[in-house]
Amino acid sequence: MNRILLAASPLLALGATAAHAADLAAPGAKQATNWTAIAMFLAFVLLTLFITAWAARRTKSTADFYAAGGGITGMQNGIAIAGDYMSAASFLGISALVYGSGYDGLIYSIGFLVGWPIIMFLMAEPLRNLGRFTFADVVSYRLQATPMRAMAATGTLVTVAFYLIAQMVGAGQLIELLFGLDYIYAVVIVGVLMILYVTFGGMLATTWVQIIKACMLLAGATLMSILVLATFGFDINAFLAKAVAVHPKHAAIMLPGAQVANPISAISLGMALMFGTAGLPHILMRFFTVRNAKEARKSVLWATGLIGYFYILTFIIGFGAIVLVMGNPQFVDAKGVLLGGANMAAVHLANAVGGSLMLGFISAVAFATILAVVSGLTLSGASAVSHDLYASVFRKGRVTEGAEIRMSRITTVVLGIVAILLGIVFKNVNVAFMVGLAFAIAASANFPVLLLSMLWRGLTTWGAFFGGFVGLITAVGLTVLSPGIWTAVFGMTTPAPFPYTSPAIFSMPLAFLVCFVVSKLDRSRAAMAERAAFDAQYVRAQTGIGAEGASAH
Amino acid sequence: MEESVARRIEGTPQFIELVRKRSSLAWTLTIIMLVIYYGFIALVAFAPALIGQNVGGAVTLGLPLGIAVILSAIILTGIYVRRANGEFDRLSNEIVAANNAAMGRAR
Repeated sequence: MNRILLAASPLLALGATAAHAADLAAPGAKQATNWTAIAMFLAFVLLTLFITAWAARRTKSTADFYAAGGGITGMQNGIAIAGDYMSAASFLGISALVYGSGYDGLIYSIGFLVGWPIIMFLMAEPLRNLGRFTFADVVSYRLQATPMRAMAATGTLVTVAFYLIAQMVGAGQLIELLFGLDYIYAVVIVGVLMILYVTFGGMLATTWVQIIKACMLLAGATLMSILVLATFGFDINAFLAKAVAVHPKHAAIMLPGAQVANPISAISLGMALMFGTAGLPHILMRFFTVRNAKEARKSVLWATGLIGYFYILTFIIGFGAIVLVMGNPQFVDAKGVLLGGANMAAVHLANAVGGSLMLGFISAVAFATILAVVSGLTLSGASAVSHDLYASVFRKGRVTEGAEIRMSRITTVVLGIVAILLGIVFKNVNVAFMVGLAFAIAASANFPVLLLSMLWRGLTTWGAFFGGFVGLITAVGLTVLSPGIWTAVFGMTTPAPFPYTSPAIFSMPLAFLVCFVVSKLDRSRAAMAERAAFDAQYVRAQTGIGAEGASAH
Repeated sequence: MEESVARRIEGTPQFIELVRKRSSLAWTLTIIMLVIYYGFIALVAFAPALIGQNVGGAVTLGLPLGIAVILSAIILTGIYVRRANGEFDRLSNEIVAANNAAMGRAR
């Protein structure tokens, strides 16, 4: 029953991230081939390939490729952002966490949600007004392009790599379970489809794949929640009372559990989740697909609303699984362990409330979700290479749009192949851990530099450069010294030198501090010019005057 | 944007008003969100029993509390968007129009 906790036990407090990125590693028997699910998934693939062909005809310039020509509306972009954020793991992982330990699941969902208002208040508008394609555009707006783009591209690629490994491994394991396909085929199918979407359809296809998948996921989760509540005649009290009575932990499922026992770990994790969201490159990139700051604001409101709604649904689904799946011999083995592992709670629940048709639909949705998320990640990694490193750093901007797009497509294919290989090599890695690391790095390296470059006049190139790298290295270093790697991976018997599960509480403030101190000490002529250039940047950030594709000219 | 243009816009009363109003709203809402979230985390970490307090039938305090945190995130975002799409955009459009006029004169 507590399989998810056992599977992730060395990384207990990382459960949040487990939930998010799919700690789908729980061991379990391969399922029989599910033909309903495969048919529904094929329908999704055909539709998305059709969209890709349509998008390919409209993708001509770099603005089309990276930012869908800025023609996505606020509502569409908001749904796509929600799609980027509601990974298969959010859905399966958080509902599994609720199934295993009740209230803890809600605590984690809240951590993932509260970063969004902060993005809205402090970042969305200046980001849209200053950038074109990547967040590196923003940090290099008044700072020196070469070091800043190199730093931002490194932060992007490292974040994307860890997130991508987690998604690929999660995809392979999930698909093996859901469809009865071999792990290796599952990883290759995901990789190849993702390469097709991104290479040919660019941001336009990626956005629509994301929108369709988000709608499918929301519809599926809503339907399941309604069916669950209908079983109890929509009497919440009876529903909860039954869950408390059935669950072996009884009333303890309504309490914060072991996973948040240590306050410092809880707060550190909360920081990584909250501020990591504001530093995820594939999320930041979505702000450049809308026409202006007003549409960017609408996107965030839509995204926040949909994600919040979705997390309430996952909580209902998790409790529904406690009531309808737990103890049902159709779904658990003789010891009471879920067939196929703890992450299958929502999938079994689909079967319990809607039969094999619902099961097939939910399985197809889970596959579609992974596909959409890896496409967004790959596009953001490819832009860091083609736009930031190739076009800006190596060619100093002396490059045609055609050559830049070509480089982006080549990078996409390479990243896709690398992702397939990483998925195979890291088959047994703890995916939860990888995502925890991705969020911590995003919060410690990308977020401080981006925020300060937009809001603080005093930030200089070298302050940002060293601050960003110190954040990156500290986040990775402390993670290596934490129980998750020190004990679980290296098998050290001595206690881990860094006892907490997330480094963010130390690495993020340290990054801010280094940015501040180095900038203050920087008395070079270049630093003076960078501070003086803040006025022009500030006016553009506030008003949108001169912004790319802005409606106000 | 040329620095002289930027400095001229920065000196206009509309720009000063826009920046003052927007930053005060943005930082107020940010602080409210941080207080709500870390207040919730502090309760979870230091007063777990309170979370499990029954408030009617099988419903415990943690449920309405958790849902309230989720709703507060959505509502705070909504408040910002409402003011920004109305008042702030109006100010911002005035600044843009005044700037276009000034640029026209300069030409």
